[in-house]
Amino acid sequence: MTVTDVRKDRDHMTMTMTAEFDSPIERVWEMWSNPRKLERWWGPPTYPATFTDHDLSVGGRVSYSMTGPEGDRTHGWWIVRAIDAPNHLEFEDGFADEFGHPEPDMPTMTMRVSLTERSNGGTTMIVETTFPSVEAMDQVIAMGMEEGMAAAMSQIDALLDEPARSS
Amino acid sequence: MVVDMSEREVEADLIFHALADATRRDIVRLVLRSEQSVSGLARRYPMSFAAVHKHVAVLERAGLVAKRRHGREQLVRGRIETARRAYGVFEELEAVWRTRLDKFEEILSEADDAR
Repeated sequence: MTVTDVRKDRDHMTMTMTAEFDSPIERVWEMWSNPRKLERWWGPPTYPATFTDHDLSVGGRVSYSMTGPEGDRTHGWWIVRAIDAPNHLEFEDGFADEFGHPEPDMPTMTMRVSLTERSNGGTTMIVETTFPSVEAMDQVIAMGMEEGMAAAMSQIDALLDEPARSS
Repeated sequence: MVVDMSEREVEADLIFHALADATRRDIVRLVLRSEQSVSGLARRYPMSFAAVHKHVAVLERAGLVAKRRHGREQLVRGRIETARRAYGVFEELEAVWRTRLDKFEEILSEADDAR
């Protein structure tokens, strides 16, 4: 199993995920630094991503879009806050409009990626996601209620349909 | 804080039941963004005031919305604490990252094979 630890700190609006890989650190770093590799894993399976800008320097911009099964496209951006190859990458991750311009009213998340070499030659990767405010988290929830969570909701519907129940 | 498991199950049951209806999900989404009057909500849906009122009552019982009186109006607002528990933004995020990391590892091992 890749993921070895997941911590959810609701008070600090942060989720920290730890994963371990057998590959050396340079190769794990390349998964972030090479846009052709990055786009193969960033988007959900039904929403493959394409990265158009990929400037991993401080203040640099990364732009991507994801195309859904219905041909629907969503756009996102990163602004790089800190980088120290091959150990550390920190960026803001936000939503963009159809032209790839950041949507100022949409919430952003701060991502911190840390890679460390393990003694056996493998790599430990820690990915930390922080919401800037409770309001931003709430907004993600409200948006998710329209989009991402439709699937979860239909599962709940299915569950409720199982036993015949009256309302 | 120790919460009795059966109490939590009852709460979850109420929430899931409340959210199993498309109109009620829509009401929650609306009132999470801004407070709405029951009569205002009733105008949005092709159903009677009484029917909308009943939907609001189901949501209120599940703790997803709260009602208050303002003059002759009844105002409804979303209770984000309950919605957050029900929707679990972290659970959603964890699922996203687990999917990503599965693929991440698959691509890494591909490259290993090629060497």
